[in-house]
Amino acid sequence: MSGHDHDDHHHHDHDHSELSETELRVRALESILTEKGYVDPTSLDLLIELYEKKIGPRNGIRVVAKAWADPDYRDRLLKDATAAIAELDYSGRQGEHMVVVENTPEQHNMVVCTLCSCYPHPVLGLPPVWYKSAPYRSRAVADPRGVLKDFGVALPDTTKIRVWDSTAEIRYLVLPMRPAGTEGWSEERLAELVTRDSMIGTGLPKQPGEAA
Amino acid sequence: MDGAHDMGGVEGFGPVVPEPNEPVFHAEWERRAFALTVAMARPGGWNIDMSRFARENRPPADYLGKTYYELWLAGLETLMIERGLVTREEIEAGKMLAPAKPGVKPVQPQDVTPAIRRGGPTERTPPAPAQFNAGDIVRMKDIHPVTHTRLPHYVRGRLGTIEINHGCHVFPDVNSLGKGEDPHWLYTVRFDGLELWGNDGDPTLSVSVDAWEPYLERA
Repeated sequence: MSGHDHDDHHHHDHDHSELSETELRVRALESILTEKGYVDPTSLDLLIELYEKKIGPRNGIRVVAKAWADPDYRDRLLKDATAAIAELDYSGRQGEHMVVVENTPEQHNMVVCTLCSCYPHPVLGLPPVWYKSAPYRSRAVADPRGVLKDFGVALPDTTKIRVWDSTAEIRYLVLPMRPAGTEGWSEERLAELVTRDSMIGTGLPKQPGEAA
Repeated sequence: MDGAHDMGGVEGFGPVVPEPNEPVFHAEWERRAFALTVAMARPGGWNIDMSRFARENRPPADYLGKTYYELWLAGLETLMIERGLVTREEIEAGKMLAPAKPGVKPVQPQDVTPAIRRGGPTERTPPAPAQFNAGDIVRMKDIHPVTHTRLPHYVRGRLGTIEINHGCHVFPDVNSLGKGEDPHWLYTVRFDGLELWGNDGDPTLSVSVDAWEPYLERA
């Protein structure tokens, strides 16, 4: 797939008239489907609102922070992630069957979908453009250290890297390592260190000094 | 199908370019294309495997030349035309020219949140006992169906180890054809990086895919 319309490269390939052609095509399609009675525009608005306001990485951040703060929850999360995530009231589409994989000093986990864009929506929301892009999908399984470098992350040479290609309906969430120097921190404070990319495995959590 | 969507290990796409503070959608039409696709699945009567095939089943240049939501839009148009919900002429004209297909009911606003929260679980009652156990060594079959499959090319013919048994799940290769769910046991199969990429590969790497039993043979 080519770059996104916010991507400079894409702007060179497609001028604005072509972009507006797509806009018009989608608008016309929605009118046809509404006129035929196949869709209710209010339902479309609600769907968009759900994915822009309710379903996003803040959900996964809560899961990770709770796992860091509560060892029993961590154990439940690693044993049956779908049930443990449902305890926090997150469930459903593209997260029906969850597995949480834990980073350790010995092993770093990274998640990809080489075939399309599978991603755990209830905990991370819709995937970012880079996750769906050809560079990530092609290289994550062959050269994950190179991909990490694109994100400015360097792991020790001895750390094993485990890449999970989401080829079925199992969805993976990475449990990053709790940063040192956070002993006694509350769940809320720990949550400030968790980033979306650290839950995909293309990033690391913030260090105590970095939190906003 | 062996299409451009099956990207694992393909070279030449360049670096990954993360976008700081990326919005969920980048244009209003993306919002609408996303919502239309999600909202049409149930009234349209197709499943997720049919949707995936409708997006990937196109010439490589077309697949690679479209942005993500352009692919969704193209897939949606295909699925609707195939089922006689709209005609190609209507899409090109941008207006309704033919009557609606009878009996197609839209998703009601009050059903949106419950439907998303329910999702579409794919685990089913096992029709037969599992053939493999954790720790078993398996070889991935070297298959090249022209229809939909979720067995990526880069693991075909390779030796891996069964790591997790996920239970019995709807089998996309059959479900995408509208021939029933045909559930099969699903496993996480782990491969050494060197098995996949040869001795030039990263020795610290291992990769797993989730694979249904019909993709596997005992090594």
